[in-house]
Amino acid sequence: MAVTSRAGKASHLGDAVGLSDAELLEMFRLVALARAVDERMWILNRAGRIPFVISGQGHEGAQVGIAWALEKKKDWIAPFYRSIATCLTFGMSARDILTAQYATATDPSSGGRQMPGHYGSHEHNLVSVSSPVATQLLHAVGIALAAKIRKTGQVAMTTMGEGSSNQGDVHEGLNFAAIHKLPFIFVVENNGYAISVPMARQVAGSSVWERAAGYGIPGVLVDGSDVLACYAASQAAVARARAGEGPTLIEAKVTRLTAHSSDDQQTKYRSEEELASEKALDPLPLFRAQLADAGILTPEAEARIAAEVTAAVDDATEYSESQPDPDPSTAMKWVFAEEWPGETPPPWGMGAPAPHEAESEHLGPGDEGIERSAD
Amino acid sequence: MPTRTFIEAIREGLREEMARDESVIILGEDVGKKGGVFLATDGLWGEFGDERVIDTPLSESQIIGTSIGASINGLRPVAEIQFADFIFPAFNQLISEAARMRYRSNNGYGLPMTVRAPYGGGVHGALYHSQSVEAFFTHIPGLKVVIPSTPYDAKGLLRSSIRDEDPVLFFEHKKMYRSVRGDVPDGEFTVPLGKAAVTHPGTQVTVIAYGLMAHYALEAADRVAEEGISVEVVDLRTLRPLDKETVLDSVRKTGKCLVVYEDNRFGGYGAEVAAIVAEEAFDYLDGPVTRIAGPDVPGVPYNHALEDWFMVNPEKIADSIRKLAAY
Repeated sequence: MAVTSRAGKASHLGDAVGLSDAELLEMFRLVALARAVDERMWILNRAGRIPFVISGQGHEGAQVGIAWALEKKKDWIAPFYRSIATCLTFGMSARDILTAQYATATDPSSGGRQMPGHYGSHEHNLVSVSSPVATQLLHAVGIALAAKIRKTGQVAMTTMGEGSSNQGDVHEGLNFAAIHKLPFIFVVENNGYAISVPMARQVAGSSVWERAAGYGIPGVLVDGSDVLACYAASQAAVARARAGEGPTLIEAKVTRLTAHSSDDQQTKYRSEEELASEKALDPLPLFRAQLADAGILTPEAEARIAAEVTAAVDDATEYSESQPDPDPSTAMKWVFAEEWPGETPPPWGMGAPAPHEAESEHLGPGDEGIERSAD
Repeated sequence: MPTRTFIEAIREGLREEMARDESVIILGEDVGKKGGVFLATDGLWGEFGDERVIDTPLSESQIIGTSIGASINGLRPVAEIQFADFIFPAFNQLISEAARMRYRSNNGYGLPMTVRAPYGGGVHGALYHSQSVEAFFTHIPGLKVVIPSTPYDAKGLLRSSIRDEDPVLFFEHKKMYRSVRGDVPDGEFTVPLGKAAVTHPGTQVTVIAYGLMAHYALEAADRVAEEGISVEVVDLRTLRPLDKETVLDSVRKTGKCLVVYEDNRFGGYGAEVAAIVAEEAFDYLDGPVTRIAGPDVPGVPYNHALEDWFMVNPEKIADSIRKLAAY
């Protein structure tokens, strides 16, 4: 990249954490893209095009900064339902995210089987998200165990909210990961609310990161609206994990700019004043200002990125609108690796007939099933 | 042909699969130096080391959840739950995660993992060391459920389970570990998942059973044979996927069906077998599809008089056969 006098300032910003200007611009593009995809989801929901939205707005800076420290297609992330920016950073596209909202046959996360927000991609080492919270921590710990046994040099990360961090699986997983010094990173994106219940009613002791001490591992608190601070914290955890020194817990304080989901009304439990003041923690304008002040995000670069982001979101919307629904004839596939028709093929209850029945003329509405079973 | 006890066959199966495939690991409580509370993994820690035979903390959800993750990243974990009674802390990981991973990712992720657990009563184990838990898991598509009854089947089915690309729950009746002995040939053999076996041919009554009950069914068949009743015993071996054809072929031949299971009767696994037989072999039936199973109390009570009352045994099965034969 051309170094100008303004870029001199820029490289100073990146130098502190070892990021080039090009990397910083790409990180900004990902934050902006995640936000734009997310905003488009809400518009499509309000327009009646998609039935449900669960959002990551306010979390994007922490997600991009933290995921950036991992190596794509080598390391692993077990994400959660707000992980849009995490998934984009790890290689999924705007089309991948929006086809999940439409639950199309071509949705790479689940082929339209899961609710929106339940992302996953084997191609990109992103573990499939489920709805019970915190279960994924143990999957990441198991991935880290396999990495250690197979000596692959991989790091496994999981991310979740502070509400989810109260589940028993978190304790069981941290304990095991710490005993075996696994290359594992536990990221808590603390937005202060578990749907409607505030932190004070969720987390005793007023923090998650301090719980790390109980497992004898480092706990780190980081400002989740500071992308570079998040990257630095994650980078240190990755280095520690790769060196065989064991897990790290990172708590990133973020804000939730939207309601929990499209079915939630957050003004019922959050004051207007709080919602207004939390906007100051929005990572997008903060990161934009930081990069602009450093001379990295020039007006030209910002315009270029804005155009790219808009084009990507428009393309993803049009693409998703054009994609087919999954065919019900495929709905029995992938219960197991091999074909499995079920013990009793649908329609249920219509079993194989006796020979004289198969020839009967009295076949009722279920006759299709009878014929199939009689094959 | 060499003979083995049930648990020796399981241990051999584990050891040979670990020697054959370095991606096979074992994890569970006390599975390491101690070799498991029933000694199913005895000697494996010494042979394969700390990294492949892992003593876990007392955290069953972790045992299953990390097995899921390890199987995502290239290993074939064989998890041991010390007693089937203690599998419930891992229920969410098994039902919400393991069973659904392949389906929900549209074949993005499969989980080649096996979960072994001793189950069953008749050993003075009381409420929490005697349970039959198979019905909780056979209910959920995405899990395979295996319950062998002979050392040969135990070894062959365990090999198939470990090599399978999907999660398999492998339940071993603890009363059989040392009381059941049988021929197990040296060398490579497998028993396919999803195939039942007719272990006693007969013509008048079909008895469908698995695990310890498959042995008791054979004993009962011998008792009533002296009275002139010809019984065909079907040992299911794999509960899910169910080998429906072997079951239905037998019932269509005999016209009478008794389903035997040790678990509580109401909503037990045998209820589904009975329903399938009633639906799909109705025209061949010459009597009601009947069940003999454990009574509906929330656990096997400890005192020997109470435990005997709870347990299905050969005589109770024989009585049920006599009634059905006379119908």
